[in-house]
Amino acid sequence: MFELLGVPPQALFGQLLLGLINGAFYAMLSLGLAVIFGMLNVINFTHGAQYMMGAFCAWMLLKFLGLNYWFALILAPIIIGAFGILLERLFLRRLYNLDHLYGLLLTFGLSLIIEGVFRNQFGSTGQPYDNPLPGGQNLGFMFLPYYRAWVVVASLLVCLATWFVIERTRLGAYLRAATENPTLVQAFGINVPRMIMLTYGFGVGLAGLAGVLAAPIYQVSPLMGSNLIIIVFAVVVIGGMGSILGSVITGFALGVVEGLTKVFYPEASSTVIFVIMAIVLLVRPAGLFGQTR
Amino acid sequence: MIRKIGIPLLLALALIAPWVGFYPVFLMKALCFALFACAFNLLIGYVGLLSFGHAMFFGGAAYATAHMVKVWGVPTEIGILGGAAVGAVMGLIVGSVAIRRQGIYFAMVTLALAQMVFFFALQAKFTGGEDGIQAVPRRPLFGLIDISSDINLYYVVLAIFLAAFLLIYRTIHSPFGQVLKAIRENEARAISLGYKVDQYKLMAFVLSAALSGLAGGTKSIVFQLASLTDVQWQMSGEVVLMTLVGGIGTIFGPVVGAFVIVTMQNYLAQIGEWVLVVQGIIFVVIVLAFRRGIVGEIAAYWARFARPARH
Amino acid sequence: MKKTLALATGLAAALGLGQAAAQVSDDVVKIGVLNDQSGLYADITGQGSVLAARMAAEDFGGSVLGKKIEIVFGDHQNKPDVGSNIARQWLDVDKVDAIADVPTSSVALAIQEITKTKNRVFLISGAASSDLTGKACSPTGFHWTYDTYMLANGTGGALVKAGGDSWFFLTSDYAFGHALERDTGAAVTAAKGKVVGQVRHPLNTSDFSSFLLQAQASKAKIIGLANAGGDTINSIKQAAEFGIVAGGQRLAGLLVFITDVHSLGLKTAQGLVVTESFYWDLNDETRAWSKNFMAKHGGKAPTMVHAGVYSAVKHYLTAIKEAGTDEAGKVAEKMRQMPVNDFMTKNGQIRQDGRVMRDAYLLQVKKPEESKGPWDYYKVLSTIPAKDAFRPIEQSECPLVKKS
Repeated sequence: MFELLGVPPQALFGQLLLGLINGAFYAMLSLGLAVIFGMLNVINFTHGAQYMMGAFCAWMLLKFLGLNYWFALILAPIIIGAFGILLERLFLRRLYNLDHLYGLLLTFGLSLIIEGVFRNQFGSTGQPYDNPLPGGQNLGFMFLPYYRAWVVVASLLVCLATWFVIERTRLGAYLRAATENPTLVQAFGINVPRMIMLTYGFGVGLAGLAGVLAAPIYQVSPLMGSNLIIIVFAVVVIGGMGSILGSVITGFALGVVEGLTKVFYPEASSTVIFVIMAIVLLVRPAGLFGQTR
Repeated sequence: MIRKIGIPLLLALALIAPWVGFYPVFLMKALCFALFACAFNLLIGYVGLLSFGHAMFFGGAAYATAHMVKVWGVPTEIGILGGAAVGAVMGLIVGSVAIRRQGIYFAMVTLALAQMVFFFALQAKFTGGEDGIQAVPRRPLFGLIDISSDINLYYVVLAIFLAAFLLIYRTIHSPFGQVLKAIRENEARAISLGYKVDQYKLMAFVLSAALSGLAGGTKSIVFQLASLTDVQWQMSGEVVLMTLVGGIGTIFGPVVGAFVIVTMQNYLAQIGEWVLVVQGIIFVVIVLAFRRGIVGEIAAYWARFARPARH
Repeated sequence: MKKTLALATGLAAALGLGQAAAQVSDDVVKIGVLNDQSGLYADITGQGSVLAARMAAEDFGGSVLGKKIEIVFGDHQNKPDVGSNIARQWLDVDKVDAIADVPTSSVALAIQEITKTKNRVFLISGAASSDLTGKACSPTGFHWTYDTYMLANGTGGALVKAGGDSWFFLTSDYAFGHALERDTGAAVTAAKGKVVGQVRHPLNTSDFSSFLLQAQASKAKIIGLANAGGDTINSIKQAAEFGIVAGGQRLAGLLVFITDVHSLGLKTAQGLVVTESFYWDLNDETRAWSKNFMAKHGGKAPTMVHAGVYSAVKHYLTAIKEAGTDEAGKVAEKMRQMPVNDFMTKNGQIRQDGRVMRDAYLLQVKKPEESKGPWDYYKVLSTIPAKDAFRPIEQSECPLVKKS
């Protein structure tokens, strides 16, 4: 048995690292949500379903076209992103001048439809997906599978790149300006609706990418997204709705916190994030990194 | 006009329903959810607060009632009222925390607190984990009325529903309700008029939670069961759906919505997994095309139709 | 108990629903298959169980005592309230005579209560909890295929004998997981093994690495997976990733079905030891039935739950024929008197508490190179005779047993 304070520091170190790896998924998913919320003011409940679709897309590419993991890593986010653009054109576009709540309800409905169709098509037990990077390295304090190391690196790269594009480039500047005052930006000759559409596609593509990364670790199942979406919501809220950097940092940090909870009070590991969320909202209503408007 | 004919007609229908082929357990389920949706609508429709955690009151009270009746052996009526009281107390605690926030943040705080209640329900000994509290006895009401027969219980549930519905109706049309609507329309203005907005909001929240508790407690007697389903976040989503389908901010909307959704779940059980898809489609269609909900759209149509006649 | 029963039958009679005098009530024998059609257990039970029930009815000639046999089904979504709602409606309005399958112990416990008060037959195949023939037993409820005691004793006891004498449990944090952990722990200790620790994870966890690392650090020889469905699949998959099996520890899936193995793939699942009461490739009879089943079920092999539903429905129909009525009390009595004999059961006996006594099999998942074709997944390590597989009747908490 583990004793509460008797956890050897080595084991603790291992758990911290695992927490970081899980945090990588939270960070990527919450980044997508934050980009979408920041630019479109829509709370994208479909995010979990789109993450699931990413994983399934990788599985289908392998099964029907024989394209391996590395192709899927590039193709799946594009396919899922394109699907996102379709949703935006068909549905979301009609809701921009309404209360946020309608966007939430619409995407909630969409996620029910997508998950239902996938369940019906593929059953709920899930499909296997082989690990493209088997094996691992014994770090002394733990065994680190190569694949998990790759996930952290990939996630960090994507998050940093996204942050850079939005905060440091001209395109990002247009985007940020468009969320503040779309009419003015439009007047400068920039096609704002198209930009918003592509932003949504990009956020959804991120979810798809996270799905591909998750496929070899977790079972590719229609339910994989709905289990995760509520937690990712909490991450975004804690980080501050719409804050890019906030969602990334919070994603990784909460992964670590959750990892520690799994050692000391494992039963509560799925709840600890909500406790933190409630506390943060009371102390800093706009989230840790958000600005109050 | 509608009121004079429509309401007695509805009442008569409710009274004879179990005798003309409607299955009483189904009717009771629909009534419980109708009450729950009405309670929820009190907040979103008249104060403008979207709670995404109302399942905690519904489920918390269901557990409380089930435990009191089954383990402590209290009479059924005390058990149900006790459930409502538990809902009210929880509402007071949650409300005093949550009403300080608005919009999305209010929804998120309620969601977070509901997740904690869910965790408590999962961990606490008396809730029986995922088995729930089963085989809750249906003891005679007031020691007199035998509620082990579904028909008798149906009239009891109908009475509870009507009483609560009347209470909600009176509340909305009272000066208190007017202030709530003022807050929904323009909070800053209500404050400047000297209303203690937070107190009003809190009172509405507690009332909504207590009535949700009443619904949950009654449900646990009807099904003789309180389970984790009642406190899950999906239940909070379901009550939003019911209210949305019927019409947010209309008096009869939540009732209609609850009946529509419960009917769907009941009679579409044969198509299995497609039920969720159908629910999703309803969500999407209503948000895109009929944001006023069934009752709201009918009322709007009626108004358009009736106005020229009046001139 | 008796009083409620009398009350219920009296009530039913008053409403004109159950007529004890008639041979077959409502001129139809209707069996409702109630299970998970869309969720976690849809592949284990779901449409496969409906198909199995239909096959049983067809093999019986489609009618009994001159009345048509009808099979209906419903989706309880693994929620007790949804399940009890459907069951009540079936029994009160839709003239259903027996309910079959019902996976997820929480739902099965609710249905057991309802069928008991309304005096209908309940043929349990999908649910695991041994409480169904213990505290919550019913005179008309039969637990057909397996239970937690069988899973715990089969896998737990056998592995200790095979040298796996120290255990660490990865337990799903809900009543079913706790029961499985408790029963298996008892079986391990009884066989002179040792439980060195456990960790409880929330239901529907996606990442098990942290828990697996704790299991690894415990140095236990066996890691017992006291969880089900997606949780089991994810923990096995990730155990392979973290090199736990390669590192010399063994995994014991306490509730693993053949569809789970299929979903994991042999490469990941190989070496896993499981207990089941049916495997399609046991003998000519099981192969013949399963071939027929697979042809109608998109090539998917039957799980033990599917086979159990067939066996139970068949026995129920035979009992109606023998008893000359479909009144639940009389049929239940007949069912207990007759031995159960079909492709999966040889001389099965039904005990007073409703437990069907049958042999169980300790199975091991084959290596990919050992598998000769689709669904060739298990090799049989040993057969566990019925008297060892299930809880001795002396230990039963069932009130029906104490009375007799």
